Amino acid sequence: MVGYLLATILVLSCVAFWVGRSAGNKFAAKSVKPTHSLPGYHGAFVAIWVGLPALVLVLLWVMFQNNIINGLLVASLPVELTADASQAQISLLITEVRNVAAGQIFGTPAPEIIAAAERLGRWQSISAWAMVVVAVCIMLLAMAFARLRLSPEFRARNRVENILSGLMILCSIAAVLTTLGIITSLLYESWAFFKIVPPADFFFGLNWEPQIAIRADQVAGNGAFGAVPVFVGTILIALIAMVVATPIGLYTAIYLVEYANERTRSIVKPILEMLAGVPTVVYGFFAVLTVAPAIREAGSLFGLATSPNSALAAGGVMGIMIIPFISSLSDDALRAVPRSLRDGSLAMGATRAETMTKVLLPAALPGIVGGILLALSRAIGETMIVVMAAGLIASLTFNPIDSVTTVTVQIVTLLIGDTAFDSPKTLAAFALGLVLFLITLALNVVALTVVRRYREQYD
Amino acid sequence: MTDMAATLKVQKSAAEAMRKRRYAADARLRWYGRTAITVAILLLLTLLVTISAGGYKAFIQTHATIDFPISEDLVDPADPAKGNWRAVVRNGIEAAIPGIAANELRKAQQILTNNTQFFLRDAVLADPSVIGKTFTMKVPVSDPYDQIQKGVISRDLPEDRRRLSDREIEWFDTLVSEGRISTPFNWGLLFNADSRFPEIAGLSGAIVGSFYALLVCFLISFPVGIAAAVYLEEFAPKNRITDVIEVNINNLAAVPSIVFGLLGLAVFLQIFGLPRSAPLVGGLVLSLMTLPTIIIVTRAALKSVPPSIREAAAGIGASPHQVILHHVLPLALPGILTGTIIGLAQALGETAPLLLIGMNAFITSPPGGVMEASTALPTQIFIWADSPERGFVARTSAGIMVLLGFLLVMNAIAIFLRQRLERRW
Repeated sequence: MVGYLLATILVLSCVAFWVGRSAGNKFAAKSVKPTHSLPGYHGAFVAIWVGLPALVLVLLWVMFQNNIINGLLVASLPVELTADASQAQISLLITEVRNVAAGQIFGTPAPEIIAAAERLGRWQSISAWAMVVVAVCIMLLAMAFARLRLSPEFRARNRVENILSGLMILCSIAAVLTTLGIITSLLYESWAFFKIVPPADFFFGLNWEPQIAIRADQVAGNGAFGAVPVFVGTILIALIAMVVATPIGLYTAIYLVEYANERTRSIVKPILEMLAGVPTVVYGFFAVLTVAPAIREAGSLFGLATSPNSALAAGGVMGIMIIPFISSLSDDALRAVPRSLRDGSLAMGATRAETMTKVLLPAALPGIVGGILLALSRAIGETMIVVMAAGLIASLTFNPIDSVTTVTVQIVTLLIGDTAFDSPKTLAAFALGLVLFLITLALNVVALTVVRRYREQYD
Repeated sequence: MTDMAATLKVQKSAAEAMRKRRYAADARLRWYGRTAITVAILLLLTLLVTISAGGYKAFIQTHATIDFPISEDLVDPADPAKGNWRAVVRNGIEAAIPGIAANELRKAQQILTNNTQFFLRDAVLADPSVIGKTFTMKVPVSDPYDQIQKGVISRDLPEDRRRLSDREIEWFDTLVSEGRISTPFNWGLLFNADSRFPEIAGLSGAIVGSFYALLVCFLISFPVGIAAAVYLEEFAPKNRITDVIEVNINNLAAVPSIVFGLLGLAVFLQIFGLPRSAPLVGGLVLSLMTLPTIIIVTRAALKSVPPSIREAAAGIGASPHQVILHHVLPLALPGILTGTIIGLAQALGETAPLLLIGMNAFITSPPGGVMEASTALPTQIFIWADSPERGFVARTSAGIMVLLGFLLVMNAIAIFLRQRLERRW
């Protein structure tokens, strides 16, 4: 229904454009006074008037019709079903009614449910038809209204351009809205979480066992939400990744800037970009299939009991993923050092290595540090590699061949599958998400500030 | 005199030693650099080689060609859908393996994939004239036999460490010796939907799901991104608000992808009540992630259009909007398209946010629209990587090869566009 309606809006907008343009053509041909706008702008003016309000109406309608119908549905159910039901039970009831209405019937539903399903079907079709009728009426009225405003002196171009500007401003605010959406949703859910679990327990507790019983008869932990082991695991894996990636990335950048000729660069750079372009799920599978067993073998050679999902495997593979970030950011930083510094050093008889370590590296250090911080923020926020290769049990250890878990792994495991939004288990994921967001944001801000401050030195 | 010569000599040798040391340090640094690059390239090669070495075997699939006698006792011509298709399959196996005991048929039937009866039913329903005759059909063999045929599991393993007994392998060898076993290209990998049985599991659901999600992502992020970039680059006054928006966009590009998944879960699923696992929601989340990329590349492309174009257009009376829409934007379009394709390629490989909105569901048919539950390519790889059956190991690698193939094609198109259409000023 919505698809047909959108098509109708498109067709009517085209009609409106044609109406407006032919009016514009008539003005241009017949009017004695000069026409202000080109015929196309008259057409666009009418088309916008027809299309835009209808589009907004349909979007709002689709967004809110479900909530309104659900509200009506709950109100219409017999009181004994809804009187002392929790939020989760009510949403379960609604799902059941919707399933029955959609024809997916399991067992024999209660008569109240069947009656409600019939009502639901009726309301849905009323809502759909009402939407079509209202939208078409609005479009026809808007077309008549907009057409009446057209005249040779009418400033159609300015109107259209103003609307376009408004739309463009809206679009640029979309990014801000996204950030606001992230912050509000994380804060809102975290606040609900911290009402159940005190923040002190979360930030300083040493025991993380989020698998709590959903039903009374289930065997599960009591739910301990001390996130310190999770943070420690995240830091451990990110550190391993940085230990792998920083030397390789940095030396690669040094070689490419100082020693490599144009041909080597043109071969090596795309290869490094390929490393950055490989999806993380591929790295995750590589870690599970190849790296983790290899580390295990190597560990058993030295008589070490290596966990099958050791931090070393996850961190090492994450390091591979991060190499291109560090190498390309360091490359940029080294290249941004003014040529005069480098030439001066070489002219004094310094070797290339001396020029690099004593002149270029110190000068480019802020940029390189910024790059490393950005890479660290990537490592902390990386999800798929650790979800596939790291462990689930939060153990408080700095041993790289032990299994540790990370913030992102916990978010995914807590939210995969059922999501009852009022349980501390799911809310904990949002609290972890908030911490993750704030830490990566802080790292990015620091990194960008460091880089910017350094740039000002030479400009 | 001799003293001075000696001192000079000493100094010279000291200088020589120092120079040697300095040159050695230079050579060392060069060597470190070469090692680092070699290590990076070797790591990439290892990754690609292990994936393709594991994955190429899933591109062929062992099939058995069996003659199924379709007797009218088992399949009623009036209502073939209700026939006893299990028995038909059993009869086919009995005919194909001479001398098999009746009580072994149940086991031997498992040579063929579990869904053989449904394939057979569908084939006969499509052509009911074969009822009462013998119907020859090529069906995939089940996973353990497929592994034996491909040599992934060695026949030399002791019997108790294999999933197949010697007797079962004997039956299979009978089929091989009769020329019933073939290993054609595995079109099912691309055209079947997901399944619990590796031999008939395919990627079509994931490919269609990814296509829909990317379509939604493109339809939203492309126009919105261009509009935002045009405004920020060409029209926005330089003030505090614009600064905030710019900082915001840069920060958004660095937010971990999983946080976008949390946003999608809390806003699109929870508040707007959109369906779980739907490509529409996946596309919405991906478009939020792609938006900063598109804005950044569009601004760069707009910047690269020389001012002379703008001045010429303005000089003959174009309004600021006309300058941008009629002249600057078309000239910047190749650059924008290149960046958009690269952004979409990133979105195609994105997994974590899709997991949170439920696009890792087990779904056995491709989605019919953007509102139907579906998986995406990377999440399908994740599901298969988690599956215990041996056959899924190769399928996972094969799925990765398909995904990397798509990414390669998209990037190749982007490079082609850049070289063909982009103008240097």
